Amino acid sequence: MAEVMKIEILRYRPETDKEPVWQTFDVPFTREMSLLEALAYIKDELDPTLSYRWSCRMAICGSCGMMVNGIPKLGCKTFLRDYPKGMKVEALANFPIERDLVVDMSDFIEKLESVKPYIINDNPKSLDDGCHTQSPKDMAQYKQFSMCINCGLCYAACPQYGLDKSFTGPAALAILHRYNQDNRDAGKAERMKIVNAEEGAWGCTFVGYCSQVCPKDVDPAAAIQLGKVDSAKDYVIAMFKPGE
Amino acid sequence: MTKRKPYERKMGATWWLKNAFHTKYIIREGSSLVIAIYSMVLLFGLFRLSQGTDAFNGWLGAMSQPAWLAFHLLTLVWTLYHSITWFSLAPKAANLWLGQKRVPDSWIVNSMYGALAGISVVGLVLVLI
Amino acid sequence: MKRSNEPVFWGMFGAGGMVAALFTPIAILITGLLVPLGIIPAEQFSYERVLAFSQHWLGAAVIWVIVSLPLWLCMHRLYHTLHDFGIHAGNLVKALFYGVAFAGSVACATLLLLGLI
Repeated sequence: MAEVMKIEILRYRPETDKEPVWQTFDVPFTREMSLLEALAYIKDELDPTLSYRWSCRMAICGSCGMMVNGIPKLGCKTFLRDYPKGMKVEALANFPIERDLVVDMSDFIEKLESVKPYIINDNPKSLDDGCHTQSPKDMAQYKQFSMCINCGLCYAACPQYGLDKSFTGPAALAILHRYNQDNRDAGKAERMKIVNAEEGAWGCTFVGYCSQVCPKDVDPAAAIQLGKVDSAKDYVIAMFKPGE
Repeated sequence: MTKRKPYERKMGATWWLKNAFHTKYIIREGSSLVIAIYSMVLLFGLFRLSQGTDAFNGWLGAMSQPAWLAFHLLTLVWTLYHSITWFSLAPKAANLWLGQKRVPDSWIVNSMYGALAGISVVGLVLVLI
Repeated sequence: MKRSNEPVFWGMFGAGGMVAALFTPIAILITGLLVPLGIIPAEQFSYERVLAFSQHWLGAAVIWVIVSLPLWLCMHRLYHTLHDFGIHAGNLVKALFYGVAFAGSVACATLLLLGLI
């Protein structure tokens, strides 16, 4: 027998609602049912107008980020059995609500693009020179930061992004660090301009919640602190090379 | 014409009370309030020291008033909270390696607790000898 | 984007944070609790002993570090906390906050140096 859980969802229908309103649904569930499946049940059986984003159902596409009882979560990685007192589900914090659980992520996407998240190298090694070797240490410098799935949970967790949208933010700075640390890359000087800015690593006050909520165990807070160390070194070097 | 009408939620001044992690962050930052006052108390004590015995003893006497004792107790607890959070976050800003192996976070954290214990013992010994 | 001058303040903040985490607890325990409560006998923290400590270059250095550096931690954090509470302070307030840390450090150094010479 399936149990029934009350799930409250913050609805926002731009054509009729002036502001978001809470709506409660009774959802029968089993032990293995995820929040994403519960949303599918609501849409199929109770209210087809409910809007939410999803794709892979297995925490790799990064589409189903939402607030569950005020904490940023992936819907597919959140299970009803862990919420005996019920759930309040809301669109991802710190982003504008487009409709129901769908947010406008364009600012986040722009920030991801701005950090040049790709290997920059004007003089790539010729194939004749053999393969590019990386020691375990070389690889460990960036590997965990490359696990980011761009779900935006860390932006919803970050009060500094919430308070000031010009802050580059956790995921983009972690990915920036990922490319800066890759020894195949030669684009660090370009990216340091972002790290060095008030809107870059220095917009962070090391709350640390980004690393806590990341569903892929990426540690953006560590990337940003290491970015501050890099930027501080860069600052000292720049003092001796004025005009640059 | 677009039918888009994105809704912006406001954070409000009490955002940090709505999430336990954020509350702890503000408590961590709040330790600065009492630590700064403590620094000023010490600075004033140093000033009184420079004015002679009576002035210094006056400062010392004020420190045994209940209000100052309560302040120092609060400051001690709050500063230790700062220490705990500082130690736990420190490994994130360090990227230390021994050969091809990263120095484990626990080594950094434990050595800082060790330093706190060592410095505290030295401090007590200095006063008591 | 413009280069931030934050590394300077962050460096002082880091030094101050480390001192506050490692040195300040025992300092509070001694000067704020154990001595005032009489658990440490008053003669161990007498005017003469404290003066002698402050007039040794090493003692003076320890006092300066414990008094001054945490001010940089605190004023840095308090300044940023203003922003957390929605107060977007300008350069004047910034100068005022770090000015307190600077003035405290200079005052402390002056008092100690006057004792040393």
